[in-house]
Amino acid sequence: MATLRDILRKIGAVKKTRQITRAMNMVAAARLRGAQAKMEGFDPYAAKFSEVLGNLASRIEPDIHPLLVKKEDISSLALLHFTSDRGLCGSFNTNLINMGEKWINDQKGKGVDCRLTTVGKKGRDYFGKRGFDIIDSYINVYGIIDMSFIGQMAKGFIDRYMADEIDEVYMIYSRFISMARQEPTLVKLIPVEPPKSEEGQGESSPAEYLCEPDPEELLIELLPKHIGVQIVNAFLQNETSEHAARMAAMDNASKNCNELVENLTLVYNKARQAAITAELMDIVGGAEALR
Amino acid sequence: MSELYLEVITPEKVVVSQEVDIVVAPGTLGEFGVLPEHVGFLSGIVPGELRYRLDDKMESLAVTTGFSEVFNNRVSVLVDAAEMVHDIDVERAQRAMERAKERLAKDRGSEDIDFLRAEAALRLIF
Repeated sequence: MATLRDILRKIGAVKKTRQITRAMNMVAAARLRGAQAKMEGFDPYAAKFSEVLGNLASRIEPDIHPLLVKKEDISSLALLHFTSDRGLCGSFNTNLINMGEKWINDQKGKGVDCRLTTVGKKGRDYFGKRGFDIIDSYINVYGIIDMSFIGQMAKGFIDRYMADEIDEVYMIYSRFISMARQEPTLVKLIPVEPPKSEEGQGESSPAEYLCEPDPEELLIELLPKHIGVQIVNAFLQNETSEHAARMAAMDNASKNCNELVENLTLVYNKARQAAITAELMDIVGGAEALR
Repeated sequence: MSELYLEVITPEKVVVSQEVDIVVAPGTLGEFGVLPEHVGFLSGIVPGELRYRLDDKMESLAVTTGFSEVFNNRVSVLVDAAEMVHDIDVERAQRAMERAKERLAKDRGSEDIDFLRAEAALRLIF
């Protein structure tokens, strides 16, 4: 049986752990606020962007730009896979990795080659150890991404797509739905499926619509940008989700610590009482014997 | 009495969102002006100065590359970066310009967004 001192030591250890998880919870909360603000700041841009692209795409032939055309034979895919750089965020990374691995294996089952680009340390480590075909990996990039970085990344995919090295590009990232819910999501990046212009609005829009320079040239400029916007969106969503997941995980950990401390204190008190009782019995027994 | 609505949106935030009388923007094929009842119009935006007026008050801001759409009396300008003229920190812009020039001297081939941004800001001031 654990001695009194053992139990005390254990309580102390759990309390220290609780302190750490509480601190991490607070840090995650602060980071989450920052990430969420960034994500919300980006929203209007992304929304407007897809609206404009939808408007433009509904006015022109769909096969005008190679990025819009679906390829017939698909023999090789690229997957942009997001995870976090750090752990201790519950099932966040596990969910993303499971989804990615399952999807890749599915594609392999169909005889389709799948090449990975990972963002985040966790994904790189996991897929790297298991010998997946990783083309590129980015680590420690959250928070320091800017448009030129994203532009290069998008260009890399587009160049490979144009060179027929890959036939489709997908992304897996964690979508931020609410503080309590983040969902791993699979999104097709290339070929671009232009967002539908909203119902009704498309009907009432005037036939007259000037483009400067011409629609084709605009599209050539807009499509790569659209891909960039989607990637940025994934980055921001994933970052926000990570912090939310960590916050929840640390909150749970703190709660568990509380529970543990409570239980241990109970055990300690019981043990202490038992010791006192035993001692008393001893004394009483001794006194009885002397009489 | 204005009927035109201007929005300037960057990936970071919404810079301008208000009613205006007229907008003048630097398009790919030259500067263009937008008044109420303008026909639907889509244009690329090049780094430069975007001006708008509301009740005889002229405001201008520096913008970088992007594009703009005019639709139903709504002007939406989507650019990589935009800054109101009175918010531009001349010293910071100049420093950014120096930095960008240095980097550009090292690596001539690449187009540098910082450079465009700084240049656009500085062009407005001088």
